[in-house]
Amino acid sequence: MTQKRILIVCRRPPYGESFAREALDVAMASAAFDQEIALLFLDAGVTLLTKNQQPETIGDKSLEKQFAALPLYDVNELYVDAGALQQYRLSQTDLSLPAQPLATGEITQLLERSDIVLNF
Amino acid sequence: MTSFALMVLGAPVSTQAPQTALAFARAAVQGGHRILRVFFFHDGVHCGNQMLVPPAGQQPIAEQWAAFAQQHNIDLVVCVASALKRGVLDAGEAKRYDKPAATLHPAFALSGLGQWIDACVNAERLLSFGP
Repeated sequence: MTQKRILIVCRRPPYGESFAREALDVAMASAAFDQEIALLFLDAGVTLLTKNQQPETIGDKSLEKQFAALPLYDVNELYVDAGALQQYRLSQTDLSLPAQPLATGEITQLLERSDIVLNF
Repeated sequence: MTSFALMVLGAPVSTQAPQTALAFARAAVQGGHRILRVFFFHDGVHCGNQMLVPPAGQQPIAEQWAAFAQQHNIDLVVCVASALKRGVLDAGEAKRYDKPAATLHPAFALSGLGQWIDACVNAERLLSFGP
């Protein structure tokens, strides 16, 4: 299969709706088909990266461990919007995944060097 | 001529997404372009549900997609993982999970995300329709 550079943009919260789970499924499937994957966390999507998620209290299953397992699937390029982190008052120590913070200009460059951009 | 892969994420009835996707697909084909595959994901899988009963005077969304796909020989793929959770089952899955009915319209096929990745890789452009 031809290899393309796929950027998966996660901009929704991990719970309350299922887009984050769908994004994760797409990331895993893309990796299984040997595509080059990067994930970008924007807007409320930055909360996907936080430690100590407790969705059991609302009858949901945690996505934290599943996202944390992405490097095992060779998905190592993880980026986060630095502005959104600030907006949600999160610092690197609050995150369970080592996502690289990007400024707006760098996000533009990331989008430009991706063949495919999928928004969830 | 450009080749397209389309992803439908929005539910019929509660969102306009499936109808917009269909309008785009029709316009693209009419303009001489090619639709490689339509992949129904997330709430978009409800488009494949043949049990939907629209108000009088409206054609069910599954029928509309089926007629379009048949006319232009387009692959309609419903994500199996999204579909099972939402009660969209073909005869095989209904039997396997001991459910009383197959709800998937026969013009649609249940398959995995690999079909979407394949379409992404082979199409020149992809568009997603949804919330």
